[in-house]
Amino acid sequence: MLTATAPPATDHRCLNLVIGGHVDHGKSTIIGRLLADTRSLPEGKLEQVRARCERNSKPFEYAFLLDALKDEQAQGITIDAARVFFKTAQRPCILIDAPGHIEFLRNLITGAARAEAALLVIDAKEGVRENSRRHGYMMGMLGIRQLVVLVNKMDLVGYDRAVFERIQAEFRAFLTQLGVEPGGFIPVSGREGDNIACHAESMPWYEGPTVLETLDRFRSEAPDADKPFRLSVQDVYKFTGQGDDRRIVAGTIDAGRVSAGDDVVFYPSGKKARVASIEGFSRKPQLTASAGEATGFTLAEQLYVARGEIATVAGQPRPQVATRLKASIFWLGREPLVKQKEYMLKLGTTRVPVRVEDIHRVLDASTLKVDDAKDRVDRHEVAECTLQTSRPIAFDLASDLATTSRFVLVEDFEIRGGGIVREALPGSTKNATPRRESSRPGSILASRRAERYHQRAALVVVAGGSGFARQVEESTFEAGHIVTCIEAKSNSARSIDRLVECANLLLDSGIIVIAGFADLEPEELSMIREQVGAGRVLVVSAGGADASELAADLIISDPGLPGAARQVRTLLQERGIVFKPW
Amino acid sequence: MVNLLENSSSPLATACGIPLPAPPVDHLDQLEAKSVHILREAYANFKQLCMLWSIGKDSTVLLWLARKAFFGHVPVPLVHIDTSYKIPEMIAYRDRLAMQWNLTMIVGQNTAALEAKRTFPAGAVDRITCCGSLKTEALKHTLSGEWPRKRLNLKTGLYELDRNTEPFTGVIVGARADEEGSRSKERYFSPRSHANAWDVGEQPPEFWNQYKTEFAPGTHVRIHPLLDWTELNIWEYIEREQIPTVSLYYDQGSGKRYRSLGCGPCTQCVESGAKNVPEIIEELKSGKFANIAERSGRAQDRDDGGGLESLRRDGYM
Repeated sequence: MLTATAPPATDHRCLNLVIGGHVDHGKSTIIGRLLADTRSLPEGKLEQVRARCERNSKPFEYAFLLDALKDEQAQGITIDAARVFFKTAQRPCILIDAPGHIEFLRNLITGAARAEAALLVIDAKEGVRENSRRHGYMMGMLGIRQLVVLVNKMDLVGYDRAVFERIQAEFRAFLTQLGVEPGGFIPVSGREGDNIACHAESMPWYEGPTVLETLDRFRSEAPDADKPFRLSVQDVYKFTGQGDDRRIVAGTIDAGRVSAGDDVVFYPSGKKARVASIEGFSRKPQLTASAGEATGFTLAEQLYVARGEIATVAGQPRPQVATRLKASIFWLGREPLVKQKEYMLKLGTTRVPVRVEDIHRVLDASTLKVDDAKDRVDRHEVAECTLQTSRPIAFDLASDLATTSRFVLVEDFEIRGGGIVREALPGSTKNATPRRESSRPGSILASRRAERYHQRAALVVVAGGSGFARQVEESTFEAGHIVTCIEAKSNSARSIDRLVECANLLLDSGIIVIAGFADLEPEELSMIREQVGAGRVLVVSAGGADASELAADLIISDPGLPGAARQVRTLLQERGIVFKPW
Repeated sequence: MVNLLENSSSPLATACGIPLPAPPVDHLDQLEAKSVHILREAYANFKQLCMLWSIGKDSTVLLWLARKAFFGHVPVPLVHIDTSYKIPEMIAYRDRLAMQWNLTMIVGQNTAALEAKRTFPAGAVDRITCCGSLKTEALKHTLSGEWPRKRLNLKTGLYELDRNTEPFTGVIVGARADEEGSRSKERYFSPRSHANAWDVGEQPPEFWNQYKTEFAPGTHVRIHPLLDWTELNIWEYIEREQIPTVSLYYDQGSGKRYRSLGCGPCTQCVESGAKNVPEIIEELKSGKFANIAERSGRAQDRDDGGGLESLRRDGYM
């Protein structure tokens, strides 16, 4: 956090900066000033704008420098999150101009979500307005930690210290409610250039830094290299051209670092493998890649992982895996966010259908007034909701790791909202995966099938060797039961989904299903338990190290011994799946 | 490993030695990572994806970034619109790199306009009309597959008619926000309607590394991985990565060079003695071009009072 006593930063990295504020409070003028005073304008540009003003008999204004678009000048408003480049004494800056009009709030969000620091402009004459508060709120929610408020047009209020201090007190109180600590308030005049690049003689009572000095004190956000490793898998590449045989897991590192030799675990599948190499093109060989890098790595074992999973390092804090999550959401769609509708949720590289299960409270971002009774979220409102995804996804909580807690909501091909995950909730009993019994009303009851077949349906998960699963199938069949065996070819989330779907169909038909896995992660097993119903699942560990983690119903130390399959049959008898002679 | 991966990292090479400390992340690293991320998002989300290659420095940097993103490969076809007025050296350079880097090279052209001589200065049309027909029209119809596409046969080195006439729904473009007014309003993923038109006011929001990758039938998208790069960044990156560039950018002894490459008749040389990349960087940083807009040598910008915007609304790159 920026403080008045902070020593000048020696940060030379590019600073992404957003500027917001109510319409006509003078953002564009301030940006024009910053460009001119830092000599960041290409000569051609300034002359072009001056010439155009002359042609149209308009007095030159600094704001015109930005209004490069024709229709924008006609409307007299800034309409998009335009990027402006300039350099302070210390470093390059990209300034994202967030527009003031309410209908362009989505552009502020686009701008602010990219920014590491923010300037908020308030007109000294008009004071704090609706969008001053709304923008302040959004900047806070989007995670901008460095915010400085510019009280502009001080020339219009006679450089009156009391006006400045009144606005400062009012807005500081508002920000404090949000838990945002402003990095400072600066009295400025964009038109006169006061306190932008130079200290203003007109305001000797102000002894704080100028806007430019403030920019140099902002810190570029350090990538989260010291946090747990997270990489949202963008793709797994296997380009075979020119005899290349590498299979590369590619993505940008959201947090932490990864090294060759690390064991990585992918979520939600829970698949695990060792990193063989960090890959790159035309760069120095590297053993480690860290946060912010767009990188790739190969694995020592062949694994089927797909886009959408989050790679982590074994032993570090795990991400959450769930189908239900509590989130803070802001909504930009013209049509309100409602409960009945299906939306698409995108988090990292995951894309999953989602429904709003509950809307707990809706917040007006400019008044901070809470409405507990509302059952929809209107445009530009912020709400606390429970979301339910159609399959388990991996994520972090906003309080743990910001990047992997952020998601957007897509409706009709458009990004209509965004949010951050606050909490992972236990799976729903009512409609996480619709149970087949209820989805096929009028079908034969499970109890009638059990009576007819002399067995209850059950899924026997055999972890550690699919060959053994076949033996169990054989011996169960020989004992006169209706049984079949399915095998998980690869343990991707998709293949688990398919397996669960098959198993549910077979189980609903009254059949005993043996499912063999070469190896099985606890996360995968909990997905299966959740989606099949824990009461219908038995777990047999037949080798593999993680027997204890799986909470197996039966552990077979050597499936090669004669009689091993027979032990499974005994388990089925004990659990009342098949008839036990007495 | 084969020579394609000449510069590829091999951790085994350093595994026995002392691990290298991570180099400090600088601005070019940040830009590179962002662009690579965007390229990979584009590749994952668009089946019919192509990349425009104008042969200029920006789209060549873009091509290099694709090799970074895809570990030495370029799994996306490159589309070049040949106005026939491009300076001949540019075409030779294009085909040389295409062969060397195993690129899927597609070339499109407005042959009708060329045959009818509806061009500037040969025909009775102005610059803007010429740009519109030789670039915008040609691009539109080449992307849609309505006009013939020629594809470089990497075995023979000759161009052949491409059988694939599928429209490209994702087009990667090397536009930079600092070039001129209208480009600063672009998004990384920018949808165009069926007629390639661009609605500046109704653009989707982009935040937190999430882009508009869902599209209704009939729309296509322009993808701009270089949006945050400046002209200086481009040259610094060319220097750092040693990316081959066309020699027209350098003074060959005449005291002149091109700063921006386009068609012969509409692109003027600038007075400059910069003979290599470091000299260009020096010139941009502190020399005579430090404060002069890059496209000042492009005549069509001045003719279009809106800073290219009317051209771009209709699909100009």
